[in-house]
Amino acid sequence: MDPETLRYAKTHEWVSVDGDIATVGITDYAVRLLTDIVFLSLPVVGKSYRPGQPMGEVESVKAVSDIYAPVTGEVLEVNTGLPDQLQLLSESPFDRAWIVKLRVVNPADLQNLLSRADYVQHCGE
Amino acid sequence: MRNPTATRLLFEMSEAGRGTVVFPEADVPEVSGLPEIGAEYRAESLLPLPELAEPDVVRHFVNLSTLNMSVDSHFYPLGSCTMKYNPKRHERLARLPQAVASHPYQHESQIQGLLSVLYELQGMLAEISGLPGVSLHPAAGAQGELTALLTAAAWFRHRGEQRTRVLFPASAHGTNPASAALAGFECVQLAGGSNGFVDLAELRAQLDERTAVFMVTNPNTLGLFEKDIATIAGMLHDAGGLVYIDGANMNAILGRTRPGDFGGDMMHYNVHKTFTGPHGAGGPGAGPIAVRDFLAPFLPSPVVAFDPQKNWYSLQEPQHSIGRMRSFFGNVGILLRGYCYIRTLGGRGLREASDCAVLNANYLLSQVRDFLDVPHGQRCMHEFVASAKRLKEQSGVTAMDIAKRLLDYGFHAPTVYFPLVVDEALMMEPTETESLATLDAFAAALRQICQEPAELLKGAPHSTAVCRPDEVNAARKPVLCWSAQC
Amino acid sequence: MAYLFDTPEQRQHMLSAIGAGSVDELFQQIPQQLQLGRELALPDAVSELQLEQDLQRRLGVVGGGGLCFLGGGVYDHFIPAVVDELTSRGEFYTAYTPYQAEASQGTLQAFYEYQTLISQLSGMEVSNASLYEGGTAVSEAVFMAMRVNGRHGRVVVAGSLHPEYRQVLRTYFSRLGTEIVEVPATDGVVSVAACRAALTAETTALVFQQPNFFGCLEDVGGLTAAAHAAGALAILAFDPISPGLLKRPGDYGVDIAVAEGQPLGTPLQYGGPLLGIFTCRGEYVRKMPGRLIGRTVDRNGRECFVLNLQAREQHIRRDKATSNICTNQGLLALRATVFLSVTGPRGLRQMAELSHRKARYAVERLTSLPGVSLKFGQPFFREFVLETPLRATELLEALAARGFNAGPALSRFGGSLGADLERCFLVALTEKRTRAEIDGLVQAVAEVLAG
Ligand SMILES: Cc1ncc(COP(=O)(O)O)c(C=O)c1O
Repeated sequence: MDPETLRYAKTHEWVSVDGDIATVGITDYAVRLLTDIVFLSLPVVGKSYRPGQPMGEVESVKAVSDIYAPVTGEVLEVNTGLPDQLQLLSESPFDRAWIVKLRVVNPADLQNLLSRADYVQHCGE
Repeated sequence: MRNPTATRLLFEMSEAGRGTVVFPEADVPEVSGLPEIGAEYRAESLLPLPELAEPDVVRHFVNLSTLNMSVDSHFYPLGSCTMKYNPKRHERLARLPQAVASHPYQHESQIQGLLSVLYELQGMLAEISGLPGVSLHPAAGAQGELTALLTAAAWFRHRGEQRTRVLFPASAHGTNPASAALAGFECVQLAGGSNGFVDLAELRAQLDERTAVFMVTNPNTLGLFEKDIATIAGMLHDAGGLVYIDGANMNAILGRTRPGDFGGDMMHYNVHKTFTGPHGAGGPGAGPIAVRDFLAPFLPSPVVAFDPQKNWYSLQEPQHSIGRMRSFFGNVGILLRGYCYIRTLGGRGLREASDCAVLNANYLLSQVRDFLDVPHGQRCMHEFVASAKRLKEQSGVTAMDIAKRLLDYGFHAPTVYFPLVVDEALMMEPTETESLATLDAFAAALRQICQEPAELLKGAPHSTAVCRPDEVNAARKPVLCWSAQC
Repeated sequence: MAYLFDTPEQRQHMLSAIGAGSVDELFQQIPQQLQLGRELALPDAVSELQLEQDLQRRLGVVGGGGLCFLGGGVYDHFIPAVVDELTSRGEFYTAYTPYQAEASQGTLQAFYEYQTLISQLSGMEVSNASLYEGGTAVSEAVFMAMRVNGRHGRVVVAGSLHPEYRQVLRTYFSRLGTEIVEVPATDGVVSVAACRAALTAETTALVFQQPNFFGCLEDVGGLTAAAHAAGALAILAFDPISPGLLKRPGDYGVDIAVAEGQPLGTPLQYGGPLLGIFTCRGEYVRKMPGRLIGRTVDRNGRECFVLNLQAREQHIRRDKATSNICTNQGLLALRATVFLSVTGPRGLRQMAELSHRKARYAVERLTSLPGVSLKFGQPFFREFVLETPLRATELLEALAARGFNAGPALSRFGGSLGADLERCFLVALTEKRTRAEIDGLVQAVAEVLAG
């Protein structure tokens, strides 16, 4: 996926929308910040989240970060293979390392997300 | 000199069928006619434990011990942990028969001596803290925190109050929020001022009828005495809340000031730090708490009481006790060492120990300040926090690199990356039981290290048996147990 | 004072380097009005010799010189001398938590060996590197069960679980709204059917003990199956000497097994410090409390050991940590490691068999006295409940005066063990008690009962 076309949360999740389905992952910047990720806990299929609610966790040796829901939605599918191939998070953050697919309930949520340019600027601050 | 063949894993040294026999033949007959343990309960085979010969075991552990740094062998300025000398005299005393061989359900009449010592210790800890209610029950500092929070909660409940929040600064030790969460409180972290002190305005904005307790370490984890502590306590009390003093840094203030006098309502001691319980490669500790008189009826059970009429010591349950926090009395073995320490120093000696701890820390600070940034304070109490942030920006050298390189110079590393409010933190606590010569040598080593090429530091330590274990793979695919296959 | 170094000249040198006129000046960081301004009112300092003389007088003997037949969670087992010799080495004794792996390989490897030995002993897949003691280990196990199955409403506890462990559980959960349901023991054990009836869809775990507080054997298989049928975890508190004779927790498929590890090489010390053993299924490892040591390789490919999965712990995860424990019971874990190394599987079997055999002999002899009976008709391991015509507290006091310590009296625990136990007390046997000592106890009981 082209990072330029994605939407971003300030909490470092990216979102790609196709119809009413939002695919979510964590950004290259977040992965670099965390350094070597050692563990990922996935959201629960069937559960619904509101924006800003923690859905899962990424863990490095010395830090833990929540993965927040960028939009309201119900979890349709999770990338079950990812926890066993954590290197994908740095090798292919925007494609093979997608984390969760959500059914978008409230398209207006997308308005609150950032463009690539704005996200990059946010990270620079 | 280390013998590497002896430090193979115990399991690799095992030979099946060695048949260690330790115990004598049974001297009582088999009896019948009692309920029998059925075959379905019995082990089917011998346990898969290793079979070793005692000489091998001795060589194994003696050689393993040579791979450690320790207070007995090295300067160990691990900040927040008070790694001071552990007096040898305590060892023989804490192993006296009544101390070592008394069972917790031993009849009171047989342990009057031990109870008298514990009773005396309660009084000593009350005097040192300025807080009259003491419980020796908690197993370590973290359990002391949890115990005190539950004690406070019981007091609030007794008054018909529903207070739900515990506040603490970002510089707090991790056990503070962890204990508060375990006790069922909502955790509110305060950023703190840029000067390293609690920000009064920020605190004030958070205080309301939900506030139960403010937890604060004093001196704080930056090694600074919270100068506004009395005001802070006043604010908390006005809001109907209580002040908890994390006493991990008591070694700085013994006999100089007391938590009870500066507004604290409750506190824990870490007997394994301040009062020299040996750290035992991770523990045990003892975490007695001291509280104000109105909280004392809520303390956990048991406490030691004395009846002067009968000249009798006994265990009692406080009137509104929260109950037990652990089985049995407490970590008596460590408490006794603390008692011995207080007895041999007395009031003046304790104060002198703190004086020297603060003098040593300030001296070390004066020796490192010109080549390492110390963001908070020209002066410190018993420890200070330096930052390698500038070095990291200049050459990529991190606090961890410096820590590792110090090992090559024969010094244990300071605490690194704590407190979280200082980037690239190196927290140094020399303690009072180190000489000027040691402090000078340590400062010289640090100075040297800060001038060494980054590459050399990134590859450190160079003199230890291993170098920079792969923690990433360890965490991705944890191997926590040996098995014959691997 | 014996532990300080500096001469007055050196102090002066240090003060001038600091730029302070006096030590008092350094303490000006403390506002004047908060300074104590007097000496602490503590007893005057004493010399090592004086302290030794004083404590010899007060602690030199266990009053009455009593023989220990006491049980209830900690036991007077034999400790080979090598345990004290090795664990008192300063390199272990005066080190702290092995944060700097390169400076702590001795500790780290020893604790990795500890974790492995405890796995072998318990039959469980993973062990942590220690918790405080058996009671808090039970509470930590319940917290972990909640993290595993997400149920928080209820926990079902056997009434035959150590009463102090149940009290700890009640204190730890006092503000959390979890319902703690106790299933009373009948005839010394809990009924599987009664436990099954108490387990609901909100129940996180069933907690029980083997051998239980009364020394009796529970139907561990049946209780484990009942817990699993309700979707709850089975948490077992076991006795670490019992696997010398009995099936291990792991053999029954329990989910979490904890123990008071004191019998493995730690003296009684009036109940502390002790050793909290904590083990569980491998799949729960990231939800475990306490420190874990992992094996890995270093930069040069050499096998070595590190603190592993630290992101669970309070120093990283803070309020979301799996436990608040920091300082643990490392030294006691080291004692257990040396202890199990020298006793081995055969030594442990001997300890278990001798303790059991002596307990049976003691029961036979004691119950041959008129009016003395075994309270429960269950198989037992090394500990049992005796009932006599006398109030247990009176009988035990009279026995103590004769140099025999048995107990505790069950009345010590209020009503928490059931009704009508005023005349009941526990007796525990270990390999240390000789036939002559047991016969002596029997004689003493006979004398007291005869009035
Ligand atoms: C500031 C502070 N608070 C609390 C604790 C927790 O004490 P303990 O390790 O005795 O549980 C520590 C020690 O590690 C500490 O440094």
